[in-house]
Amino acid sequence: MSVVTDLLQQVVEGLGSGAVYASLALALVLIHRFTGIVNFAQGELAMLSTYVAWQLVASGMPFWLALPVTLAVSFAGGMLVERLVIRPVQGAPELTVVIVTVGLFIFVNALAGLVWSFTVKDFPQPFPDGGLYLAGVRLDWSTLGMIAVVAVVMGLLYLLFQHTSIGLVMRAVAGNPASARLSGIRVGRVLMLGWGLAATVGAVSGVLVAPVLFLEPNMMGGVLVYAFAAATLGGFDSPVGAVVGGLFVGVAETLTGAYVDVIGADLKVGVPLVIILAVLLVRPQGLFGRAAVERA
Amino acid sequence: MRTIVTTLGTDRVRRLRATLTVLLAAAAAGYVPFYFAPFQVFQLTMVLLYAVALSGLNLLVGFGGQISLGHGAFFAAGAYTAAVMLDRHDTGHLATLPVAAAGCFLLGLGFGVPALRLRGLYLALVTLSFAVFLPPLLKRLEPLTGGSMGLTVEKLQPPAWSGLAEDQWTYFVVLVVTTVALLLARNLLRSRVGRALLALRDNESAAEVMGVRLSLHKTLAFAWSAMFAGVAGCLYTWVIGFVSPDSFSFVLSVTLLAGLVVGGLASLYGPLLGAAFVMYVPSVSQDLDEAAPGVVFGLLIIAVMYVAPTGLAGLPGRVRGLVARRLPRPAAAPDRTPETGSPPDARPEPQAGDGPFATPGPADPAVVDAEPVGAPPRTEKE
Amino acid sequence: MRKTTAWRAAAVAAAALLTATACGTQRGHDDQDTAAGGACKGQQTTGITDKTITLGGIYPLSGPASAYGTISKGVAAYFRYVDDKGGIDGRKVRFIVRDDGYQPPKAVEEARRLVEQEKVFAVFQTLGTPSTAAVWDYLNQQKVPQPFVATGASAWGTDAKHPWTIGWQPSYVAEARVYAKYLKEARPKARVAVLYQNDDFGKDLLGGFEKAVAGSGIKVVAKESYEVTDPSVSAQMASLARSRADVLLDVTTPKFGSQALAADARNTRWNPLHIVNNVASSTAVLQPVGFKNVQGVVSATYFKDPADPRWANDPEMKTYTSALHKYAPDADPANQFNAYGWAVASSLHQALDTMKCPTREGLRDAVRHLKDVKVGLLLPGVTMSTGPGDAFPLETMQLMRFKGQRWQLFGKPVDTRKEFGPPAE
Repeated sequence: MSVVTDLLQQVVEGLGSGAVYASLALALVLIHRFTGIVNFAQGELAMLSTYVAWQLVASGMPFWLALPVTLAVSFAGGMLVERLVIRPVQGAPELTVVIVTVGLFIFVNALAGLVWSFTVKDFPQPFPDGGLYLAGVRLDWSTLGMIAVVAVVMGLLYLLFQHTSIGLVMRAVAGNPASARLSGIRVGRVLMLGWGLAATVGAVSGVLVAPVLFLEPNMMGGVLVYAFAAATLGGFDSPVGAVVGGLFVGVAETLTGAYVDVIGADLKVGVPLVIILAVLLVRPQGLFGRAAVERA
Repeated sequence: MRTIVTTLGTDRVRRLRATLTVLLAAAAAGYVPFYFAPFQVFQLTMVLLYAVALSGLNLLVGFGGQISLGHGAFFAAGAYTAAVMLDRHDTGHLATLPVAAAGCFLLGLGFGVPALRLRGLYLALVTLSFAVFLPPLLKRLEPLTGGSMGLTVEKLQPPAWSGLAEDQWTYFVVLVVTTVALLLARNLLRSRVGRALLALRDNESAAEVMGVRLSLHKTLAFAWSAMFAGVAGCLYTWVIGFVSPDSFSFVLSVTLLAGLVVGGLASLYGPLLGAAFVMYVPSVSQDLDEAAPGVVFGLLIIAVMYVAPTGLAGLPGRVRGLVARRLPRPAAAPDRTPETGSPPDARPEPQAGDGPFATPGPADPAVVDAEPVGAPPRTEKE
Repeated sequence: MRKTTAWRAAAVAAAALLTATACGTQRGHDDQDTAAGGACKGQQTTGITDKTITLGGIYPLSGPASAYGTISKGVAAYFRYVDDKGGIDGRKVRFIVRDDGYQPPKAVEEARRLVEQEKVFAVFQTLGTPSTAAVWDYLNQQKVPQPFVATGASAWGTDAKHPWTIGWQPSYVAEARVYAKYLKEARPKARVAVLYQNDDFGKDLLGGFEKAVAGSGIKVVAKESYEVTDPSVSAQMASLARSRADVLLDVTTPKFGSQALAADARNTRWNPLHIVNNVASSTAVLQPVGFKNVQGVVSATYFKDPADPRWANDPEMKTYTSALHKYAPDADPANQFNAYGWAVASSLHQALDTMKCPTREGLRDAVRHLKDVKVGLLLPGVTMSTGPGDAFPLETMQLMRFKGQRWQLFGKPVDTRKEFGPPAE
């Protein structure tokens, strides 16, 4: 194996981890676009959706039927969470809402442990085993599949944001709910829709990563931090940015972990931090974000 | 402005009453360690030291309007400064406090510079990554920090003349430091720095136009805030006598922020309430549900935020506001304006009324001084 | 304004007082510690009477390490089972479990609660190295036994300043020695890659291994660490694969163990001998990876795996399974952590039985003078032994290899003290 093949192999590994981060980052971007908040519980809701899928498969449902059912359940569940958990604090300061999501995080995590225990679960791999070798570099079908699905979700979100009336309404609501309401938008419904969609995207993420990370209640906890990093890097309002950010973070940390001995695997988490800091100092809105224009 | 008016217009009865209350509180605080079992005194000590960290965070989040998810890291820096000094250099406890404070102040100053350009969400996430990065770094610096095994150091020992037990002595020492720290926080806010911060939070451009030096004050806010967290960390080492990298995971940072918001942002005694919440509620949760304490703890956080969206500190004001609405307003209570213009509770018809993020007017001069205004740290929006 | 602030301060103080009062105990109460008379004169009998014995355990029931919380269920089930059979030497066990969320300050608080408020006889057990290290100074100062802590750091056995604290499971160093011995015999020229968790557990095991192979033909050619907070170890595995080592020593906890095994199986161009450490060797870890992908993996163990059909007819295993169904219906008997809890609790039972005096001092001395004590759930050939200069109850492990759908033990149980001498500090 040559040095170049080695390097490429590491890049592929990085893209694999990056796709994991990107998939959750998409859900974070979505909820932020709709509601203007950061949802700490997004990863845990994704984990919960994954358990739903696991439960369905374990009770005998074929995976490809369980998947749409899970997505539907997640959509409904997300809306329910908005209605029951978030709506009562809607008028409160933003940080209050953020802390409610922290409470939700703790609650969902403990609940999953209570119901499904902390034993690692066997989650069906939707993609075939094995992979192909391209110029000596191993590409697993699962990695390729994951990147493909992330790309599709990204495309769908892009269309939703840019080319539908929902996208417009959503921007109005996140930007200024009061005036959105005055112009006849049913803000409550839009927010519910946002939570539902974000939960669905989260469910896709959970189902994608579960075969790789292995399903247990803390599965998404570690991913969340990296997904935050990815979304920050790309700009919190751009799906394309979230994916590029995720892949970049994945590759950067893998390569430095593998090749820069001073940093090594233990400090590799610092690499995306430094990059993000550097990027934000130049472009405070992130790589793909739009600069905020404020009314003074 | 309000402060000046109050100070000038002091009426003697009020002053007397205030003095009495302070004396009473002091007496209660002094009596506590002789009444309660040592482990309860220990719990109270922990509440006090968390309150120091929270009041630091409050300067930044509550009054400065910047979100930090990295204060666990400053806390850790203070704790490790103290532990390393005690372990490697045997300096004695008291010497560690100024070093930890100064060290974290400088560290905060360093972080304050990038913080200038970042706001809201982005600052929160950058500080979060710092909190994530610190534990592995501490493990790497093994010769100094003891690596992942951590460091065990001497706890505070009561001097012979005091005749106190260890927990009592520790309590009193921490009480003194906490009192000084809280008073310092209060005076900071009443000084030029504090007024500049409030002005910046409420309207940055207007404040700048009026000559408030934005960069200086924002950086200083970060530095002061980090210093308080560092002092709390130093106290932690004194009380626990053990530090390890995994004690300061990013969960600590999130817990601190949650504690502050639950206690009440931009309130002077919110940090105390928040610290008590962080300290006691997990044990209570376990008593309520043995199998999964997290389920109860999560629900309790959500429940408190429902009942008191501006934090526990804002609760009395909200209740008064509710009562005042029902009763004809008594003429003699002009300074008791409830801090929220719109009344609270789970509003039955969310479609009505003001927008979902309409924050209670922070610029209202009547509430700026001590009321929890539920500071609106802004996230980037279009 | 000032007035309201002052009033609020008073209100806060009052609230704090009330909260604390609600908790009940007053300071004076703590003089109720008791002492024995007769031959055991002057020794502490707090928490133990002729009818009862009170024990307190601190486990992570919440937080990142909650997977281990279930150990407390195995322990509690054992004590309830013993109670129904008449108790330990006629004493009913009151076992109080507290949650520390794997946070050292919380562990300190709970240890103080157990000692000062619940008046426990002993703190059995604390889980995890950080929590244990945070409380052992306090417990030793208070002269409260802290037997059989649930962590394999070697400090519990090598430290002379903490006579009240002792470990139970084979130390990570002992386990590393077992693998070193195996490799010296089977692959004397092995080039080893190590994946380890970046904490005391990983570093102890790695350090023990490096020391044990020093001077032999075996070389550690690559090592990669991960943090418990990392989402995955796939990047580390890719780095290790570059080393082309012919042995992979996998020092991980369950979830990461599954990930590493899966990553190894995925990479068809690198097929090292995969040694997975005991913590991640449960069948529950291997099964999600697919049994076909983990054939030939080597590990070592000291207690019977409840998921292994070989022990299905073992009398102690049957007792364990039925007792767990009865006393802890929500706990899965096949989970090795529950079995661990059961085994360690029955070990404590044995130690309590050998006490010369029913006192805290009695227990402290008993756990340090164990002579080949057999415990039902331990492997045949593995017994507890301690004595002067030996504060490691278990130091014997046996190798096993995964074949078909289960682990197969091979070779003789390895007594690491006999082979390598006492672990150095």
